Amino acid sequence: MSSKPISGPHVAATRRVDQIMRLVIIALAPATALGVLLFGWPALYLLAVTVLSAMAFEGFCLKLKGVPAMPYLRDGSAIVTGLLVVMTLPPWAPWWIGVVGSAIAIILGKHVYGGLGQNLFNPAMLARVALLISFPIEMTTWANVSPLLTGPGVIDSLAITFGGLDNTDAVTGATTLGLVKTEFSQNHLLPSILSDYSGFLAFIGWERGSLGETSSLLLLGGGIWLMRQGVIKWHGPLALLATIFLLSSIFHLWDSKHYLSPWVHLNSGAVMLVAFFIVTDYVTSPNTPLGQVIFGVGCGLLIFVIRSWGGYPEGTGFAILLMNAVTPLIDHYIRPRIYGRYRNGKPLDITNP
Amino acid sequence: MFALFENPRLRGGIHAEEHKSETSPHGIVTDFPLPKKLYIPVQQHVGKPAEPVVKVGEKVLKGQLLAYSQGTISAPVHAPTSGIIADVKDFPAPHPSALPIRTVVIESDGKEQWAELTIPDDPFQLDPEEICERVGAAGVVGLGGAVFPSAVKLSLGRKNKIHTLLINAGECEPYLTCDDRLMQERAGEIVGGIRLMLRGMDAPKAMVGIEDNKPEAFQAMQMASRDFPNIVVAQVPTRYPMGWDRQMLRYLTGQEIPADGRATDIGVVVHNVATAFAVYQAICLGRPLISRVVTVSGAAVAKPRNVEVPIGTLMSEVLAYCGLEKSKMARLVMGGPMMGDALPIAEVPVVKACNGILALSHADIDEPPVQPCIRCSSCVTACPVGLLPLEMASRIKANQLDSAVDLGLKDCISCGSCSYVCPSNIPLVHYFKFASGELVKRQQAEHKSDQTKRLIEDRNNRMERIRLEAEAEALRAQEARAARLAAQQAQQAQQAKAEETA
Repeated sequence: MSSKPISGPHVAATRRVDQIMRLVIIALAPATALGVLLFGWPALYLLAVTVLSAMAFEGFCLKLKGVPAMPYLRDGSAIVTGLLVVMTLPPWAPWWIGVVGSAIAIILGKHVYGGLGQNLFNPAMLARVALLISFPIEMTTWANVSPLLTGPGVIDSLAITFGGLDNTDAVTGATTLGLVKTEFSQNHLLPSILSDYSGFLAFIGWERGSLGETSSLLLLGGGIWLMRQGVIKWHGPLALLATIFLLSSIFHLWDSKHYLSPWVHLNSGAVMLVAFFIVTDYVTSPNTPLGQVIFGVGCGLLIFVIRSWGGYPEGTGFAILLMNAVTPLIDHYIRPRIYGRYRNGKPLDITNP
Repeated sequence: MFALFENPRLRGGIHAEEHKSETSPHGIVTDFPLPKKLYIPVQQHVGKPAEPVVKVGEKVLKGQLLAYSQGTISAPVHAPTSGIIADVKDFPAPHPSALPIRTVVIESDGKEQWAELTIPDDPFQLDPEEICERVGAAGVVGLGGAVFPSAVKLSLGRKNKIHTLLINAGECEPYLTCDDRLMQERAGEIVGGIRLMLRGMDAPKAMVGIEDNKPEAFQAMQMASRDFPNIVVAQVPTRYPMGWDRQMLRYLTGQEIPADGRATDIGVVVHNVATAFAVYQAICLGRPLISRVVTVSGAAVAKPRNVEVPIGTLMSEVLAYCGLEKSKMARLVMGGPMMGDALPIAEVPVVKACNGILALSHADIDEPPVQPCIRCSSCVTACPVGLLPLEMASRIKANQLDSAVDLGLKDCISCGSCSYVCPSNIPLVHYFKFASGELVKRQQAEHKSDQTKRLIEDRNNRMERIRLEAEAEALRAQEARAARLAAQQAQQAQQAKAEETA
């Protein structure tokens, strides 16, 4: 028996950080697996390189910090970060894009701030934005859907990921959002631009896009499963999706030639991934339910604004980073009401009925 | 998750593993063998310690007064059995520090001879003042753990125009089932106690809140109170800390007690259900509070039971009775596992506050390493008060106590829900208790420096006054001398004049 004074509680819930991370990885797995299935071996290689390098950078930083690396590496947060980075990359991107992305996410996004739980910005989104700005060509070259069995073989794929991609035009195209943006700039109008678009295929994920972002269905499923597991709350995701839905509906009804329909908005780009796996990031989102709603609405609004009127076809990365910067402010002002006090902290008036 | 909007009357809370089924099916053990020696601390309540009135070697009877209550907030203690006073000495208290406090030691003679008890003819016709007095004289204190003298609460209630007496039968702590069993087996007595309390406070109605994981107790209480329409027995959801009186009050009535106020401010008084039973015993049977039902449980106990033990029994004896396996015990806890105190030794007496003795095994208290906060805000969701435990802890870590106070540190009730849910196993409550201690220390230091300042100022003023007085005195003396001189001169002049004329 210990003689040290110990404060209660003497029992604790059993869910630990590493278990939470494992649940997140499980929830991300179906969408990632579909990405590998749709885009073949290069996607798998990129996935492996990115996740492994993320873990290597994590270990390196921990070593520099002078703490034992194993307990932290085992918590799985580096795997989640690496996974989120690779899911936002074009599936046939060269290997070094993945490595640089991991480095930005883990070193600049996380350990510069002090490691797990200290970062201001979402590491994966930081990596995505930094890569997009630094390497626009590599980051916007989207491979056609070329499933694992019918696409390039094991050896050819090595050449794609590690040797550089030639005859680009033959195997790549634009994403829905990218296509729309380019066509608009050539004064084409909406219904005709999307003549090849299939809402159903976009929903299940059979389209060009980032490795793990294409399937709304699987991301939605993973997200809802995480909610049922009690890992994430509904406030942020619902606020984001509802905001995009409302804004795009209003503008689409008002001018359907220039504004995409809500279905296209919700099933394109990174919206679903961001809604369930980035907006709900514990570290970089507000603490309170109301704060999370505000955060979600802010992200949705910025995504819609950047997509509709900005220079980039997709705005999720920028939107998240901007709202991450506002999170401390939201947390400062939005606090739960304390028992027996008004919102402003004054004690309730005494009223004896 | 699908509860889109939380019940505004029920904020936060957790659902811990209950561990109640180990003890709840078994009846209260009433034939606990009388120990040879009983150790009765004179302070078992909030307020001033009682003053012993017995001498070493004196023979006492069961129920006889051992120490009388001192001051307005205090409670007497009585002899749990008949015997000889063996000693009045300092003995380790059931407290995490196990520091010794003044304790009366009785060597029992095994006869269980009762002192003369005063039993009223019709307890329910007693004057309210009389009820309060008798409750106070019987040493009844809040048995939920707060051990506030019940008589003080009753008189406060009478003075403050109470509309509801809330009987807290939540028993939300895991493991504990003593109130559950008490309600199942002695519901009639409890209802009697409630009626006496109502009479003692001139209150019109009572509400009993029972967590819905105790359906038998709920039924027993409903049956027992069916003839009294002013006693409402209600079920409340099982969610720790439902037994926090303010939480239960908010859930049952929608009313909140102001942060700087008491329950009486909004016309409510809260008493524990076991206290109601003690009140019944004190008035209807004339018996002071000399025994209580204790839950003995935990994985290191072979026969977990609810045992009625005399106050002053050593916990080690109670544990041995229930088959403690010493090698398995990793921590001894008095009270529940959420808010109870870890005790360093088992050779401490059972006191009025002790509702549970838990011998927890290593598996029960599994303590994984502390990891960094990942801001998952589980603690914010779990906090029943509406605080931001993670923010408060980070402020306290940075030694910014004032900013932790701004975040509501003083509203923390140390219920432990935040520590319980923390996936990083951060000892949040520990931080808050530490900070509260620091605040008290700081206050004391401030008080001391204020006091010193005041004394110095007083001294300066006093010296100044003395100086002024001395000056004034000197002036007066001078004037008096001058006056005397003048009078002398005048006299001399007169004399001279008289001589002249003569």
